[in-house]
Amino acid sequence: MKLTAILSNTAFGLVMTATAHAQEVTIYCDDIGFGCKTMAPVAERFNEEHPGKTVKLETVSYQTVVEALPVQLESGEGPDAAIITDLGGLSRYYVDLTPYVDAANFEKEFGQTLQWLRGTDGKSKAINGMPTSLTVNGAYVNLTLFEQAGVSVPEEGATWDEWAEAARKVAEATNTEFPMEMDRSGHRFASFAISHGAELVDEEGNPVVDDGLHAAIDTFVEWHKNGTMPLDLWGAVGGSTHRELFEDFLNANVVFYFGGSWTLSRMDTEVGDLFEWAVVDTPCGPSSCTAMPGGGALVGFKHTPHPELVGEYIDYVAQQENYKEIIAAAVEIPAATSLIEEGVDYPTASERTQVALRTFMDQIPKMAPAAYRFQGWRYQRAMMNALTTRISQVINDELTVEAALERIRQDVELAIQAAEAK
Amino acid sequence: MRAAATFSGAFTALVALPARAIEPVMRGAQKILGIKRMPWVFLFPNLAAVLFFSLLPVFINIFYSATGSDRLYPADRPYVGAANYETLFECGSYLDPSTCSRDLFWRALGNTLIFVPVQVAAMIGIALFTAICLNRDIRGRGFFRGIFFFPVMLSPVVVALTWQWILQRNGALNGLLTALGLTPVNWLVFPNSAFFWSVFVTVWAHMGFFTIILLAGLQSIPRDVYEAAKMDAANPWRVFTRITLPMLKPTLLVVFILCVIRSVQTFDELYVLTGGGPGSATILIVQYIYEIGFAIQPRNFGLAAAASLLLGAVLLVFTLIQLRLARGKSYD
Repeated sequence: MKLTAILSNTAFGLVMTATAHAQEVTIYCDDIGFGCKTMAPVAERFNEEHPGKTVKLETVSYQTVVEALPVQLESGEGPDAAIITDLGGLSRYYVDLTPYVDAANFEKEFGQTLQWLRGTDGKSKAINGMPTSLTVNGAYVNLTLFEQAGVSVPEEGATWDEWAEAARKVAEATNTEFPMEMDRSGHRFASFAISHGAELVDEEGNPVVDDGLHAAIDTFVEWHKNGTMPLDLWGAVGGSTHRELFEDFLNANVVFYFGGSWTLSRMDTEVGDLFEWAVVDTPCGPSSCTAMPGGGALVGFKHTPHPELVGEYIDYVAQQENYKEIIAAAVEIPAATSLIEEGVDYPTASERTQVALRTFMDQIPKMAPAAYRFQGWRYQRAMMNALTTRISQVINDELTVEAALERIRQDVELAIQAAEAK
Repeated sequence: MRAAATFSGAFTALVALPARAIEPVMRGAQKILGIKRMPWVFLFPNLAAVLFFSLLPVFINIFYSATGSDRLYPADRPYVGAANYETLFECGSYLDPSTCSRDLFWRALGNTLIFVPVQVAAMIGIALFTAICLNRDIRGRGFFRGIFFFPVMLSPVVVALTWQWILQRNGALNGLLTALGLTPVNWLVFPNSAFFWSVFVTVWAHMGFFTIILLAGLQSIPRDVYEAAKMDAANPWRVFTRITLPMLKPTLLVVFILCVIRSVQTFDELYVLTGGGPGSATILIVQYIYEIGFAIQPRNFGLAAAASLLLGAVLLVFTLIQLRLARGKSYD
C-alpha cells in the first residue's frame, strides 16, 4: 500500500513537472500553398530542436479561417496562431511579437506588408506576425488559341481594351466559348478598378467612390452585355458569394482568364502540355498597370498563454533557409525582399510555371500605391462585398451604374458606422 | 424462460432503485408544494431545456438587436436602441426597394413573399399527388416510396451542388439538350429561370418528407368510406373532393404550416445554387440575415438580429394561425 502511494505520488509529481515546463501552441492553417502541408517539415525540425516546446499544426479549411476563426477570436478562444488572409480586419486580435523576433530582420524583409497587419493604427511599429507569401492577381492566356487564330499576343503595356479586342478576335476565329473571364471577387475587380484610376480608400481610411470606379464598372458591365465575358460568374451569382470558373481556362473554354498566382500549381498537374499558356503582364488602364497584391500572414493571437513560443516559431519560419524551403514547396511568390531579389528555385514546378511565377513577380514593382493601401485597409472586405453585390445588380439591370456607386458608398459607410458604434 | 424472468426481475429492481432513492425527496416536495403543484416539478426538466435552448436565445437576440458594433461580447456592445430597426425600415416607399436604406433586405423580403406561396403550393400539390399515387396498389410501391424519400436524407449542400452540376452552362441538362439537337440554355443566368429552378430544387429536396406525412394521413382514412362511395357509383373526382380531401384536412393543415415555416427558412440550397443571384433575384430573407451577420465583414450582428426577430414575428403569426385553425375543429 505504502509502495503504491509512493509510486503514484512520484508519477503525479513527474506529470505535473512535465506539464509545468512543456509548452504547446496550436496553429491553424489550410492546405493550399503556404499552409500546414508545406510548413510541416519545418515545424517538425523546430520541435526536434526545441525539446519541451511543441508546435502543433492543425489543418482547417479556408472557410473555417474566414468565417469561424473571427468568431472564435472575438470570444477569446481559438488557436494560438494561424495563417490568415484578412490581414487588416483581424488586427485587433494580434499579439505584438516584437520582443520575441528579430525585429530588424522582419522590418528589412517584410517592411511594407507588415503595415497591413497593423490595421488602422498607422503609427504602430508592432510586429504581429510574418507575411507568408505574396499573391498577385494576374491574367492567364491560352497561347495555342492565339496561334490558331493567327492573332498576335498583345505586348507588355497593352491596355485592358486592347486585350479585350484581341481576345474577342481569337474567340471568334477559334469558336471558343468566351473571350475573357474574371473571378467573381472584389479583390480581382479592384485591380481593374485601380488601373482605371479608382482610389477605393484614401490616406485617412475613408472609402472613396470616384470617376475611376465609375469608368471601371461601365466597361466591365459593357463586356458582360456584349458577350466578352460570360454571365455565369458576375451575372448569375448574387450577394457576396465568391465564385471562380478557372476550369474554363483549364478546359480551353476561354482565351483570357483573370485570376491569381495561387492557381499556378494547378497548371502543371491539370494542363501539362495539352496547350500552350502563359501568365502575361497585367493589362493597363488609363491610370496604371497595377495588379492587386494579396497573400496570407502567420500571426499570433493576444489570448495565447505562450506568446514567446509563438514568436520563437514565427522567427524560425522567417529565417531565410526555412522560409525558402516552404515557399519552394508551395510554389508561391515570396514576401521577403531578399528572396524576391535573389529568386527562388522551384524544383517541383515546370519551366513554364517558373516563367509564369517570374512574370507575377515582375508585376510587384508596378503595383499602384492605392493597391497597397486598399490591401491593408480594415474595411477592405466591406468594399469588396459591396463591389461584387452591386456590380452583379447592374449587370442584371436592377441598378444603374450611378445608383450602384451610391449604394457602394452607402454600404461601406453603414458597415463602418455599425462596426464603430460607441 | 426462467433466465428471461430472472433478468426481467433484476432489471425492474435496478430501475426501481433510483425511484426509491428519490421517493423521500418527492414526498418532501409534495408536502411543501401541495399535490396540485407537483406536475410542475415533473415538467421542470423539460421547461428548463426549452427556456435555455429556445427562450434564452430569443432574449439574447433582442439584446443584440438593440446594440451596435461588430464586437461579440455583450459588455463591448453599445446600446443603440431601435437604430437597427430604423435602418431596416428607412424607406422612401416600401413598394420600391431601391428607395430603402437597406434595399437588399426589402428585395429579400419581396422575393420571400413570392417564393413562399409558389413553393408551398407546388410542394403540397406535388406531395399530395405523389402520396395518392403511392397509396394505390402499384407494383414496386415500397421501392418508389424509398425513391421519393431519398432526397430528404441528403445534405442541402449536396442537393445544391448536384443540381448546380446539372444546370450549369456545361452541365448534364444542357448535355442532354445538345444530344437531342436542341439549343442549350444557361439556366441559372436569367432571373426567371433561376427562380423557377430554385423552387424546383427545394421542392425536389423536401417533397419526400411531406409525401410520407400525407401518405400516413391517407392510410388513416377508413376503407369502408371508399367502399360506400364505390357502391354509390361516385366518380374518382367526387371521391377525391368529397371524401379524401375533407378527411385529409387535419394532416394537410399540419403539412401546410410545416411547409410554410420551412419555406420561409429556406437558405442552404439557394445559397449554394445561386448565391441569391442573378443580381438579387433569388436572395431570400435568411440569406440576407446570414450575409449581414456572418459573411460580410465587419459583421453586423445587431442588424442581423433585428432582421431575424422580424422573421421570427412572421413565423409566430403563422403558428398562431395554425393554432387558431386547429382549435375547435372536430374531425370525428
